Amino acid sequence: MIPGVFTYHRPSSVAEAVAILANHGDEARPLSGGHSLIPMMKLRMAAPEHLVDLGGIAALKGISEDGDTITIGAMTTQHELIGSDLLSAKLPIIRETALMIADPQIRYVGTLGGNVANGDPGNDMPALMQCLDASYVLTGPDGDRQVAARAFYEAAYFTALAPEEILTSIRIPVPAAGHGYAYEKLKRKVGDYATAAAAIVLTMNGGTVGMCSVALTNVADTPLFASEAGDILTGSTLDAATVKRAVAAAEAITQPASDGRGPAEYRTKMAGVMVERALARAAERARS
Amino acid sequence: MSDIEQIPVTMTVNGKKVQRFVEARTLLIHFLREELNLTGPHIGCETSHCGACTVEMNGMSVKSCTLFAVQANAAELTTIEGMANADGTLSALQEGFRQMHGLQCGFCTPGMITRAHRLLQENPNPTEDEIRMGISGNLCRCTGYQNIVKAIQYAAAKLNGTEFQEAAE
Amino acid sequence: MNDMTPTREQREAALEGMGCKRKRVEDIRFTQGKGNYVDDVKLPGMLFGDFVRSPYAHAKVTKIDATEALKLPGVIAVLTAEDLKGVNLAWMPTLAGDVQMVLADGKVLYQNQEVAFVVAEDRYIADDAIQLVEVEYEELPVLVDPFKSMDADAPVLRPDLEGKTEGAHGPRKHHNHIFTWEVGDKDETARAFKDADVTIKEMISYHRTHPSPLETCQCIASMDKITGELTVWGTFQAPHVIRTVASLLSTIPEHKIHVIAPDIGGGFGNKVGAYPGYICAIVASIVTGVPIKWVEDRMENLSTTSFARDYHMTAEIAAKNDGTVTGLKVHVLADHGGFDACADPSKWPAGFFNIVTGSYDFPTAHLEVDGVYTNKAPGGVAYRCSFRVTEAAYCIERGMDILAQKLGMDPADLRIKNFVKPEQFPYQSALGWEYDSGDYHTAMHKAMDTIGYRELRAEQKAKQEAFRRGETREIMGIGVSFFTEIVGAGPSKNCDILGVAMFDSAEIRVHPTGSVISRMGTKSQGQGHETTWAQIIATEIGIPAADIMVEEGNTDTAPYGLGTYGSRSTPVAGAAIALASRKIRNKAQMIAAHMLEVSEYDLEWDVDGFQVKGNPQARKSMKEIAWAAYHAPPPGMEPGLEAVSYYDPPNMTFPFGAYFCVMDIDVDTGVAKTRRFYALDDCGTRINPMIIEGQVHGGLTEAFAIAMGQEIRYDEIGNVLGASFMDFFIPTAVETPHWETDHTVTPSPHHPIGAKGVGESPNVGGVPAFSNAVNDAFQFLGSTHIQMPHDAWRLWQAAKDLGAHG
Repeated sequence: MIPGVFTYHRPSSVAEAVAILANHGDEARPLSGGHSLIPMMKLRMAAPEHLVDLGGIAALKGISEDGDTITIGAMTTQHELIGSDLLSAKLPIIRETALMIADPQIRYVGTLGGNVANGDPGNDMPALMQCLDASYVLTGPDGDRQVAARAFYEAAYFTALAPEEILTSIRIPVPAAGHGYAYEKLKRKVGDYATAAAAIVLTMNGGTVGMCSVALTNVADTPLFASEAGDILTGSTLDAATVKRAVAAAEAITQPASDGRGPAEYRTKMAGVMVERALARAAERARS
Repeated sequence: MSDIEQIPVTMTVNGKKVQRFVEARTLLIHFLREELNLTGPHIGCETSHCGACTVEMNGMSVKSCTLFAVQANAAELTTIEGMANADGTLSALQEGFRQMHGLQCGFCTPGMITRAHRLLQENPNPTEDEIRMGISGNLCRCTGYQNIVKAIQYAAAKLNGTEFQEAAE
Repeated sequence: MNDMTPTREQREAALEGMGCKRKRVEDIRFTQGKGNYVDDVKLPGMLFGDFVRSPYAHAKVTKIDATEALKLPGVIAVLTAEDLKGVNLAWMPTLAGDVQMVLADGKVLYQNQEVAFVVAEDRYIADDAIQLVEVEYEELPVLVDPFKSMDADAPVLRPDLEGKTEGAHGPRKHHNHIFTWEVGDKDETARAFKDADVTIKEMISYHRTHPSPLETCQCIASMDKITGELTVWGTFQAPHVIRTVASLLSTIPEHKIHVIAPDIGGGFGNKVGAYPGYICAIVASIVTGVPIKWVEDRMENLSTTSFARDYHMTAEIAAKNDGTVTGLKVHVLADHGGFDACADPSKWPAGFFNIVTGSYDFPTAHLEVDGVYTNKAPGGVAYRCSFRVTEAAYCIERGMDILAQKLGMDPADLRIKNFVKPEQFPYQSALGWEYDSGDYHTAMHKAMDTIGYRELRAEQKAKQEAFRRGETREIMGIGVSFFTEIVGAGPSKNCDILGVAMFDSAEIRVHPTGSVISRMGTKSQGQGHETTWAQIIATEIGIPAADIMVEEGNTDTAPYGLGTYGSRSTPVAGAAIALASRKIRNKAQMIAAHMLEVSEYDLEWDVDGFQVKGNPQARKSMKEIAWAAYHAPPPGMEPGLEAVSYYDPPNMTFPFGAYFCVMDIDVDTGVAKTRRFYALDDCGTRINPMIIEGQVHGGLTEAFAIAMGQEIRYDEIGNVLGASFMDFFIPTAVETPHWETDHTVTPSPHHPIGAKGVGESPNVGGVPAFSNAVNDAFQFLGSTHIQMPHDAWRLWQAAKDLGAHG
């Protein structure tokens, strides 16, 4: 398992990186943590002629808060997300999710930008970003544009990102203080992708759901924002009948592959179970 | 000989500065093993699942089979060969693995000890669950992990200057 | 005696002999990254070999064009079957009496089969060259399901065997049939079933899996064209066998072949056989005259070298209404893949599967095994078990549970009722084995008391009621497993590999200063032989283990032995070590008698030397005796103090154990959690309890993996699925249960130190314990048998099929 030959670039600015990508088109790939791309290259299933290492661009790192928005640099690692006090206080679901990704070594190098940008339906962060209604800042030769996470994913490994663009940061609106949250992930073992996973953020007013956002991981060729499930739950008291309808709505939008994790039917049902369990935990955590 | 471009890299490995020319695609594990003759880190799965190739890079545990050597340019690296005490005696972890029978074939051991070292740096007094989570990027086919957990507890106690209490079976 | 004289206990402790938890000497180098594994070895001028492999499971190879690959700078050669034919090595014999292609000779029989061998300056260039070798294939119909192998219209997999109606193990009845192996009394067994009150019948599958040691298979072959000597470093569990095979195949005289197995990163059966990689590296080195390294990657390892299991066992038990078993009938359909490369003793096409009567006193039994070809990788190795013993134990332990269910009896009670009784040993089994020793009742009762078996059953009953009332979605299972292993292959009357009897050996040399070097025919892959072998010698000849160096794996220096697998090292080599030690002690006694000027019959052994009976002050320590052996031996005696022993065991050994698994299963996800796992092992005399416990932990972890999801799967066109550590289930520390270990000691009466071997017991006993726990959990919902592996989706499916999802 040896990667093919490529030319290595290590730009120190986003502009420089974008210029290299623009110059080489489809033959160039950005490299962030590399733990998806490098194994593919070792299997010779990916053979970019130019690899643009984003590791030398200091501007792509860091977590900051600006009013109601938290901005996370694309090269911020899972390990850094886990260790961030700001995220623990304002967006604790990010820490909970990051801890379920891969394993400790991979979390030191795996980045949020890489996780959301490469379009692998197995990745956990894309569904979470959809749940949180995050936007991605895409930087290209013509400057920045923002695309909502909910509109970014087209098919497995196909996204709104153009070949000459780099996903430079992720902007997340801060949910209301006291919100409830949970990321439930069913997997075969540490290091595996989800058999099915669900992200939920909600608020509770008294016994009633104020808002509820639901998204699903690895049960289709893209992450799934389960808007109907969220709508059903919003305004409800989370009574059993409503939860059942929401679970059914979430299951209905899944189109999982049959693989070693189980047949499609199972994975659809597990998406439902994950929604139900995430909902229970999120509701318990929510401060009325 | 091939005419593939050679890129200069410089790094500090186990306290020593090294400079070499490498192909861009040279994986860090091959660089360490073939160029520097540091054969302690091993190759087990090649897909970043087993952790046998784990080394310490800039204060992080990383899987050197899934990093290019060029990515480690200017980095500080420590491999198992740099884990013993300065006087050459076994470190607390190395001693713990021996005392608690935390290894059998020895193939996962360098990666396991290197990973456990970072774990104890970040969490000097881990619970059993934290240890199990902390080494979950390292596979062992021989021990069933139970004695590895004890080995790390042994080392933690020694480093903390407390008495190691072996859990009752 | 003055105060400075050590007490007897102090002298004993100083030896670190048998029975103590001696820390391992290996660990000093392994913990510092100073192990020396094959891929760590580098030789001047060494080249690297790698394979072009078939993407198809069954296809004709119509053209191989290496022109472009050979143009790549740094590529030295590309070998194909045509090249190997020149040295008569396009095919090689397997250990099971079949032949196997080294490189595709006109066709391929499984995905990733070796098609061409690229030799290049380094592994990077070799991989580049592989991409440039053009191979044309013509796809053929693929046979994946062994149950269809012997259909009349099944594709012919092995045209080379066309018209051969006689195989290595008797008549062949179909073009995809390899052998039928029959043991036992068919008529008597049929009668038992006719007269039975109760019978059960179940098809119990043991799925295909793989030993996957963390270090893959690898080798370096180095041919010196001047001297005509070939040196091969390799991941060999049986280095001497490799030397003999290499000599027979290459026609290089055996004394000019040097095989070295350095440190080995786990074996578990994967490193017993000879693989195309070894042959190609050797041929390439003979051709080029420089060393060639071959290192498998993980995908190649999982998809080509040595699968395990793939046994489909139809078990029938006859019994009386009170639970007494009266007959056992088993038919096995064995999927061997494209070639029969099973690593069993040569006369045993299904290994020792006839241990399938287990721990129970079956008056009669009949067994038939049919081996068939499919378009899958060859192998059939004993993955952490003696030959096909884990399959046999799984078959009978599931069978006994199914019988208990039918009778409405508790499965532990049913087992106790049918155990071979202590007074029946040595016990002749209905399928031909003589069990050496056992006390099953004591072990079982100790285990049941320790885990609180009856209380667990009461808790399970309450949980079942709560489940029925809708108060919980969790079900609880208690897995009972009582296994009898058969290890220590083996006696020359039963066992050989390619005609070489399966003895083992030890050579011990005591140096003048009283330190020792010893060498054996075995080869540790993590078992800690450097530590434990020294403990046996220490106890036997009274020299501290710390002064004894153990060396294995170099065929130039070690005496001939058959290697380490099938838990044979302690039963066979362990005995040779004890007997060689005793030869030394006998000579030492004569030397001591001369030194003390008494008759040797006036001496008695005392820990670390000889003393005059009734006068313990008159003594000579082994250290003094060793010096005398070289300095002033008795007149007429040869100087020196060394011995060699080749041990041909009179019988196998039969370790046993009682394992219990308590499991909770979430029926809505199928996720199973092991709450408790208790393993009581009886491996006879215990040489190093620390190492035994380590072996049990490791074997249980492998058993857990196999039972709960570890599988080599194929799709319908023979694509191997999940041949990486992403999909192939190797549990991490997080999934792995906590292990509780325990023991009883029933020594083997025929073994010099009474030891039986333990490395594989936990796999053999563990798999049925896990599977029985799963099956036990589902029983109250109306289930009889759920096939392994018990991964979450399959358990969810089982729950669904049983109506547990409402």
